[in-house]
Amino acid sequence: MTAFVMPGETRDLGTPAREGRPVHLTIDGVAVTVPEGTSVMRAAAEAGLAIPKLCASDSLEAFGSCRLCVVEIEGRRGLPAACTTPVHPGMVVHTQSEKLRRVRLGVMELYISDHPLDCLTCAANGDCELQDMAGAVGLREVRYVTGANHFEVRDTSGQRNPEWRPVDESNPYFAFDPSKCIVCNRCVRACEEVQGTFALTLEGRGFESRVATGGADFMASDCVSCGACVQACPTATLQEKSVIAQGLPTRSVLTTCAYCGVGCSFRAELQGDRLVRMVPSKEGRANHGHSCVKGRFAYGYASHPDRITRPMIRDSIEDPWREVGWAEALAFAAGRLRAIQQAHGRRSIGVITSSRCTNEETFLVQKLARAVFRNNNTDTCARVCHSPTGYGLGQAFGTSAGTQDFDSVEASDVILVIGANPTDAHPVFASRMKKRLRAGARLIVIDPRRIDLVRSPHVAAAHHLALRPGTNVAVVSAMAHVIVTEGLIDEAYIRTRCDWDEYLAYAAFIADPRHGPEATELLSGVPAAELRAAARLYATGGNGAIYYGLGVTEHSQGSTAVMGIANLAMLTGNMGRKGVGVNPLRGQNNVQGACDMGSFPHELPGYRHVKNADVRAIYEAAWGVPIDPEPGLRIPNMLDAALEGRFRGLYCQGEDILQSDPDTMHVAAGLKAMDCVIVQDLFLNETAQYAHVFLPGSSFLEKDGTFTNAERRINRVRAVMRPRNGHADWEVTQMLANAMGADWRYGHPSQIMEEIARTTPSFAAVSYDLLDQEGSVQWPCNAEHPEGTPLMHVDGFVRGRGRFIVTEYLPTDEKTGPRFPLLLTTGRILSQYNVGAQTRRTPNAQWHGEDRLEIHPHDAELRGVQEGDWVRLASRSGETSLRATLTDRVSPGVVYTTFHHPDTQANVITTDVSDWATNCPEYKVTAVQVSLSNGPTDGQRARAARAGRSRRILPAAE
Amino acid sequence: MSPDTRSSEKLVIMANQIAGFFRAQPGTDQAERVAAHLNDFWDPGMRAQFLALAEAGAAFDPLVRAAVPFVRRPLD
Ligand code: SF4
Ligand code: SF4
Ligand code: SF4
Ligand code: FES
Repeated sequence: MTAFVMPGETRDLGTPAREGRPVHLTIDGVAVTVPEGTSVMRAAAEAGLAIPKLCASDSLEAFGSCRLCVVEIEGRRGLPAACTTPVHPGMVVHTQSEKLRRVRLGVMELYISDHPLDCLTCAANGDCELQDMAGAVGLREVRYVTGANHFEVRDTSGQRNPEWRPVDESNPYFAFDPSKCIVCNRCVRACEEVQGTFALTLEGRGFESRVATGGADFMASDCVSCGACVQACPTATLQEKSVIAQGLPTRSVLTTCAYCGVGCSFRAELQGDRLVRMVPSKEGRANHGHSCVKGRFAYGYASHPDRITRPMIRDSIEDPWREVGWAEALAFAAGRLRAIQQAHGRRSIGVITSSRCTNEETFLVQKLARAVFRNNNTDTCARVCHSPTGYGLGQAFGTSAGTQDFDSVEASDVILVIGANPTDAHPVFASRMKKRLRAGARLIVIDPRRIDLVRSPHVAAAHHLALRPGTNVAVVSAMAHVIVTEGLIDEAYIRTRCDWDEYLAYAAFIADPRHGPEATELLSGVPAAELRAAARLYATGGNGAIYYGLGVTEHSQGSTAVMGIANLAMLTGNMGRKGVGVNPLRGQNNVQGACDMGSFPHELPGYRHVKNADVRAIYEAAWGVPIDPEPGLRIPNMLDAALEGRFRGLYCQGEDILQSDPDTMHVAAGLKAMDCVIVQDLFLNETAQYAHVFLPGSSFLEKDGTFTNAERRINRVRAVMRPRNGHADWEVTQMLANAMGADWRYGHPSQIMEEIARTTPSFAAVSYDLLDQEGSVQWPCNAEHPEGTPLMHVDGFVRGRGRFIVTEYLPTDEKTGPRFPLLLTTGRILSQYNVGAQTRRTPNAQWHGEDRLEIHPHDAELRGVQEGDWVRLASRSGETSLRATLTDRVSPGVVYTTFHHPDTQANVITTDVSDWATNCPEYKVTAVQVSLSNGPTDGQRARAARAGRSRRILPAAE
Repeated sequence: MSPDTRSSEKLVIMANQIAGFFRAQPGTDQAERVAAHLNDFWDPGMRAQFLALAEAGAAFDPLVRAAVPFVRRPLD
């Protein structure tokens, strides 16, 4: 599947690139210079002299099994394999000779004698390296008589062939046809080296050898369906089912995955406007040719029958929906919003921007609030995930973004993962991290749950600090205590880069014995000795890099924990170079971008507070309206204000706050209290139950724009087909603005980016031309950094000097007690995305059909709960039911669930406790009780009924 | 509980949480910093409600009460 080269794709050079001193050699009379360590195969390919090959691919280490790549080297006996032979200075290589031709022909004959000759009807026809190589070596006949083979079901006498195996079609996205396997081992190496899952092995020897999954079939194995093996397979053995069904694509468009903050680059491969497959791009600087199951395979939701493609309105949320034209829907929405403002004031309406939409779309939605509504009531779902990162890192460093690029992990010696589950939530980055860990880096995990990374094939954490949910600040401060009191600080770094007096005040604070691991052990449950060892390892083990996620931010002290993490990095000088740094792992694809684009109610694009007159002046000049100097409402504040009657209209683009936000009953009550809720989405989501206007959205395949990933990388999203709803989301926002009296005239998202660059210093040099030329850039990208900034805070902090901030641990108000003795924490899994609206509408559902409650066998036994039982999960906010699964991944006293399915109603349980600085909800700690139940609760049944009712649609009047 | 009292209770909790952070900070300007946080992040409606609650003697942390004079009164 790699033989077929799409325009813009690079050739496979056979073996991976190396770095090293230049080596000069001669190949077929051509002088070639390559870095030391490069293979003869790659050197030849770089000079345009392709050597036949089957088992080699430049995404994998050479294996040397097929012997098709033999060459002659002067002064050396025999015929070495070009893929496994490194270059030497002065080497003279011949890739073509009669002798070589005969050897290669012999190799091909052997392969073909055990391969079916059904090329014309094979799914890989035209995309098969075996076929290409047969052509390249000039194979004209096969002299071996077919005898024992793997591909005939029965022999000529009708006997069943014991070597034949049926096609494994268990995976929804690809098929495995062993009869076509040439046992080149590329799939096995891809699974090990690229993905790091080790699901495949080569069993047996010689003729007996075959690829095995270690389970009955792919679905029963450890396979996570990343597709790396499918991409690596040179034949039709591992093949996308979409290609089997549709045939080969004829054109491709380079774009960016819309699922997670890794931001993988893909070639969308199509026939006309029909998508055939998504292939991760080797040039993608975030993913280097790798992907996960979501990005590669789970795109079917875009054409799912549930998708709404026509606007709809209704007077009351009790009415069925009425399909109308765009003009009518927009006039209805605009009329209601203006009427609300007239009756209740300028600040009575607002917007929610989406981390799933593009930067350009987000920019327009916040502009709608600021320039058309004339208030700052704009917020984004980052409120409920990474707003503490914005506040915490902003206070410590002066900017609130990850400090490194993903490639930086290759230079890390100690990796500290706090409250993040990269193998599930950021899979492609996790593969890079695991590769580095297999190469010897040490790992520390701080997480209440034993995430996969703690123990997976060939990766084991040096320390797993399984803290009680809600005690992050105590644990992080205890680590700082050890570093300061044991003299492990990097004093030179602190003196040159940070404020020394602030450090002294901080050191006096943190050295107090109450922050010592022996004292915090009582709160956090983390053994003091283990914590001391982990702190020493981070401080002294070489380059230390911190990666953290929502397990840090979604707490009442989320912002404080982020500051504590910044302190750790500054104390140890782990800042400003490759291999170190502080990296928030962003959840959704464009969380970073949504924050950058001024979605927050207190800041204009580029993190500049609305109170600053000089910043307002920029936008007042650009937009010709006064900008409100007062901060606006954040999402939880909007809902509170709605219940008080002072917030009554909401335009919500691409978010489903009713499912994703905590304390569902409160969210529902807030939405219900509003006079006009406008939902713009692909599907009638949960929030739409309370909406009066539904504006159909467009998928990432249908529009142009940019996403910014967790490493601040701005990647292009390119339309590969027309929007099924008729308009890209940015156009819909523009139409709504114009219906309210604005006069916006953007003809293309590139013009929106021009406006962003003109008004935002950190984006000053960004343009679509630059992105087309560079592929991607990392902000800041301006006159000082014309090609962007891979590493931040290199020569000093954005704010000047790094700031140590005192981080006092304050326990959350959410405490266990006799009624609610367990702590619930939440998370997500690989195959599903966020509220699951997209992934549930793809075959990914086969990996995760329902949310389950993980409970420790000890807690389960106390309650008489057995594997698979329905249990009732209750908190002071509400109750729901789901099925239990017993596991010691969670400690006694802790239970865990995901929130991908609306039926689960996990957020009925979560409470309104939130981060002190940002109101980011405390999803990660809820006191609960678990008891046996016999099925869904009344509340769940009522929700199902209400959801059904609110999805009624009357046919269009005409 | 009416929504109104619930939102008031929440506002008190939120303000007290903010005070919890700044109380631990070194220096003598903790009250000003609590107020600065409210001025920067609370919309005028919330600040109006906050000031009304302060006048009505709500159960604020002493540091929050010390911050009240520094909280910007919304103009409109
Ligand atoms: S799809 Fe990925 S995880 Fe599954 S076998 Fe292939 S490489 Fe391994
Ligand atoms: S399945 Fe494909 S990649 Fe794997 S050994 Fe067989 S031919 Fe090679
Ligand atoms: S979901 Fe994330 S890791 Fe997976 S392909 Fe998309 S961007 Fe890459
Ligand atoms: S390509 Fe070199 S041995 Fe197979």
